[in-house]
Amino acid sequence: MNAWLAILLPAAIKIVVILAIVLTGVAYTTLAERKVSAWMQDRKGPNRVGPFGLLQPVADGMKFFFKEDITPRQAYKPVYLLAPLCTLVPALVTFSVIPFGTEITVAGKSYPLWIAPGMDLGLLFLLSISSLAIYGIILGGWSSGNKYSIFGALRGASQVVSYELGVGLSLLTVVIWSGSFGLQDIVNAQKGHPWFFLTHFLGFIVFLVAIFAETNRLPFDLPEGESEIVGGYHTEYSGLRFAMFFMGEYANMITASALLVTLFFGGWNLPFVDWAKFGPIWGGVLSAAVFFTKIAFFLFFFIWVRWTLPRFRYDQLMNIGWKRLFPLALANLLLMTTLMVFFGFGVKQ
Amino acid sequence: MKLQRPKLTWWERTYFPAILQGLAITFRHIPRIKKRVTLEYPEVRWELPKKYRGAPVLLTGLDGHEKCTSCKLCQFICPPRAINIVAGETDLAKEKFPREFTIDMGLCIFCGYCQEVCPVEAIWLKDEYELADYDRTRLIYTKEELLARGRKPPYLPGKEKPLTEGDKP
Repeated sequence: MNAWLAILLPAAIKIVVILAIVLTGVAYTTLAERKVSAWMQDRKGPNRVGPFGLLQPVADGMKFFFKEDITPRQAYKPVYLLAPLCTLVPALVTFSVIPFGTEITVAGKSYPLWIAPGMDLGLLFLLSISSLAIYGIILGGWSSGNKYSIFGALRGASQVVSYELGVGLSLLTVVIWSGSFGLQDIVNAQKGHPWFFLTHFLGFIVFLVAIFAETNRLPFDLPEGESEIVGGYHTEYSGLRFAMFFMGEYANMITASALLVTLFFGGWNLPFVDWAKFGPIWGGVLSAAVFFTKIAFFLFFFIWVRWTLPRFRYDQLMNIGWKRLFPLALANLLLMTTLMVFFGFGVKQ
Repeated sequence: MKLQRPKLTWWERTYFPAILQGLAITFRHIPRIKKRVTLEYPEVRWELPKKYRGAPVLLTGLDGHEKCTSCKLCQFICPPRAINIVAGETDLAKEKFPREFTIDMGLCIFCGYCQEVCPVEAIWLKDEYELADYDRTRLIYTKEELLARGRKPPYLPGKEKPLTEGDKP
């Protein structure tokens, strides 16, 4: 009994804390999106609810609760009602394998700051789960019984299939370089070494572009494409179900940022800083703070890019995916493996 | 006509220079706090142009009576037929006066034809613009209401004063 509790209790606490941080992050990313877009267009942005509009996400959430949840007559109900969950849940589940800090030592026992410690295949798990999010888009678009929705869903499916290649191949070099699929090992491989965006610059660029397509963000937000296909896959959704799609999209953004930070920007590492020196508790807390600050920067980057670049045309999107990123990722793989095998580069753990 | 596409270098064809340039431009706008164009409307108001066409009102002459002589030119010119006049006789020098004068603001399109066509400058488009209501019947302005609106001073700066008796062009 006590042995079970010793495992479950820390895990439960970590899950609650992480969910709270991520969901608050989602809420405030939506506010940040509106604020940053306003500033970039010389506007002021929401400032009516609370100081500087800081309570705006709360008001938006309340609004979603009170809105009518409409199910169109032509929709296929079971799938239609389930689809929003299919985007939100995978986006949240991915956080179980992301190491967001070193460890906290309480009463002689050390608790690593990630929900599923010791997951050797963390990266594979994360990729497979985060790809599940597209099922929500496909199912939602298909079951709506609306032509614009199905167009959005098809666009989303082909887009994700095309760009998954770039993501996988560009991450493969990181995995080979650090010799492990475990995210913890990849972070440790960047401790005291140059972060991987320096050593794997080509792979980083490929991954950065592909992750924009994976998260359906501008300039690759064709599944939504307001000016062409109304709202895309979520045209028919309203109320809380739309909110779930919305949250799923932003949670996916946070996951993508976390992935970028973990794989290419040293995770919770800072150059020349050893978290073990800050004491048993503060080391862990500060490292987690650094990790989330880095995530915040990439969320800002996502927003920044969105309000700068226009949407690509669909053939351009496919051209970039198959004719540019895919060969580039292959070339990068070849280059990196050559460097490792014949010139002895790489991180030895 | 054959459009001559500009010859792009290899580096330009990767999109990167254009993307970085765009990112720099949007980033430069973030700290421009002083140059925000947002007008926080109910508290801050814009300055109206001099000839702003707001709600039509009836003007009162110096003798204290409405200037309208009930000629019905405005009623005839009104494109949406928002004006409705019932004429009556009076002992004043103008001999005719509007017994009833209603403007349905649900119909009015603020074209200003009534003001243009009026021979005695009795109707004027004032600078009031917050006219929405929850009840359509309250949008039908009666003569008394129109006169009362006409007596109110213009409440915003930048508005040319309506002409009164004596300063005719």
